[in-house]
Amino acid sequence: MDGADHNGLLVDDVSMVFTLPGGGSVHALKNVTLNLASGELMSVLGPSGCGKTTLLNIIAGFLAPTEGAVFLNHHQVKGPAAERGMVFQQGALFEWLNVRKNISFGPRMMGKPRKETNEKVEHLLNIVGLGDFGDKPVYQLSGGMQQRVALARCLANDPDVILMDEPLGALDALTREKMQGLVLKLWKETGKTIVLITHSVEEALFLGERLIVMAPRPGRIHREYHLPFAEQGLTISPREIKASPEFVEKREEILSMIWEMEEEIMGGAAK
Amino acid sequence: MTDAPDQTKRPVAAEQKQPSAFAMWLGIADNSFTRQKTVKFGDATAVNSGRLYSIITVVLLLFAWWFTTSQGWVKPIYWPSFEAVGARWTKLMDQGFRNVPLFEHVGISVYRVMAGVFFGALVGIPLGFAMGLSSIAKGLFDPIVEFMRPIPPLALIPLFILWLGIDETAKISLLFLAALFIMIIAARSGVSGVKISKVHAAYSLGASKFQVLKNVILPNALPEIFTGIRTAMGVCWGTVVAAELVAAEKGVGSMIMIAKNFLQTDTVVIGIIIIGIIGYGIEMIMRLLERWLIPWRGKG
Repeated sequence: MDGADHNGLLVDDVSMVFTLPGGGSVHALKNVTLNLASGELMSVLGPSGCGKTTLLNIIAGFLAPTEGAVFLNHHQVKGPAAERGMVFQQGALFEWLNVRKNISFGPRMMGKPRKETNEKVEHLLNIVGLGDFGDKPVYQLSGGMQQRVALARCLANDPDVILMDEPLGALDALTREKMQGLVLKLWKETGKTIVLITHSVEEALFLGERLIVMAPRPGRIHREYHLPFAEQGLTISPREIKASPEFVEKREEILSMIWEMEEEIMGGAAK
Repeated sequence: MTDAPDQTKRPVAAEQKQPSAFAMWLGIADNSFTRQKTVKFGDATAVNSGRLYSIITVVLLLFAWWFTTSQGWVKPIYWPSFEAVGARWTKLMDQGFRNVPLFEHVGISVYRVMAGVFFGALVGIPLGFAMGLSSIAKGLFDPIVEFMRPIPPLALIPLFILWLGIDETAKISLLFLAALFIMIIAARSGVSGVKISKVHAAYSLGASKFQVLKNVILPNALPEIFTGIRTAMGVCWGTVVAAELVAAEKGVGSMIMIAKNFLQTDTVVIGIIIIGIIGYGIEMIMRLLERWLIPWRGKG
């Protein structure tokens, strides 16, 4: 496939081999190919060590793949850039800045006009439900609110793709569900392409229009699903969706798939 | 209703005997928070200030001073009496020490410390940043920094006297050097302490290398840099007094050394008290500044 002809995000036959300092090497990713149309939301699931964070870091441009390449809208990814926004698990906010300054960081760095930036920040504050918190230092906010700031900060730059590395992983279960609703809402309102890495099967099912399950050793795509739940989530309540027979069935299927992979790893380690 | 507990046997908070606010201030009674704790031994937050005992210590020390000297148990040459120190204080305030006002002696010592720390920070912070960010700078300066780190600045006094004599340049250079390595190490560790996710986030938001340095690495290193300045102030204050003891015309250190030569023990005692108070004052001011300038410290 020729990456230069592709509109959207293309991960083209990417392999990643880490050479260990003591000799030997780890095959973190092997021949991963992904093709995301503009506006798609894809969640990535897999047992630890399956290379999902490596994959995200390659798309973000923090790592150069050993083989293959990543293309976004006709050009090859060579390093981090504002077109690919990141939302980290936590601790990536700038604690010396208040909420407003955190959100406006990208536009300020890019030298966008101040008036336009200020309007955008106010708009985003309202969208993520932090209208009254603009002047607070971020360290005074709860974990869930901090992730709202992280989402808004990322959106302020209007990236083509949003990469989320376990964005809700550190939140308590209730906050997490609320935040899933917010991610869904933002996705629909902004029409962004989103790649979401998660450990939670439920979250991956609920948010992912597409879902890929990765397998470890070497890290590769094991299965891919196309799911209706993200679309339903815009009209039906999340609790109702998550309790529906289709959802439960898919959840159990994927859970046992990952269970088996984990068993294999443990079995391999025991021998 | 027969199961209802007997209200009369249940102590209500209001009925419990409350220690007075004064007793809590004295640190001999638990505050309302600590009082409810059943595990107190081993819980550092359950240890009261014990202010009463501090007061007793200070009063006893002062009493011992007054009593031993007024009874003539201690010769004034070893330790002066209350009255002698008081009289000397008035005289020093009035006439100064060796025709130099007292505040000038103190002022020049503080000035030397400030100048040393200022230049130490001015050179040390960029150097520390360079060492944290570039392998060339790290390789170039690492041997020097690691060699100089364990050497107490006092050991350098003889060299500095040989090279630069005993004038102001010699002292400020010594203090500069004392502060320099502290600042290099502080700045370097501040730079290497930056969380990679913050740097990644900044690049993904479109920041350039210089913008990452200015807007992420620098503010992230500020708490460490500030701790460095605080440590440098403390070390330099100790060093300046020692340097003045060796050779100086003015300064608190020289004042107590010269006074000793004239067996003016009361002046020596006053000098020591001043050194203690100024050192404490510097620490307190730095802590206040820190809280004011870097409220995000430790909150990342």
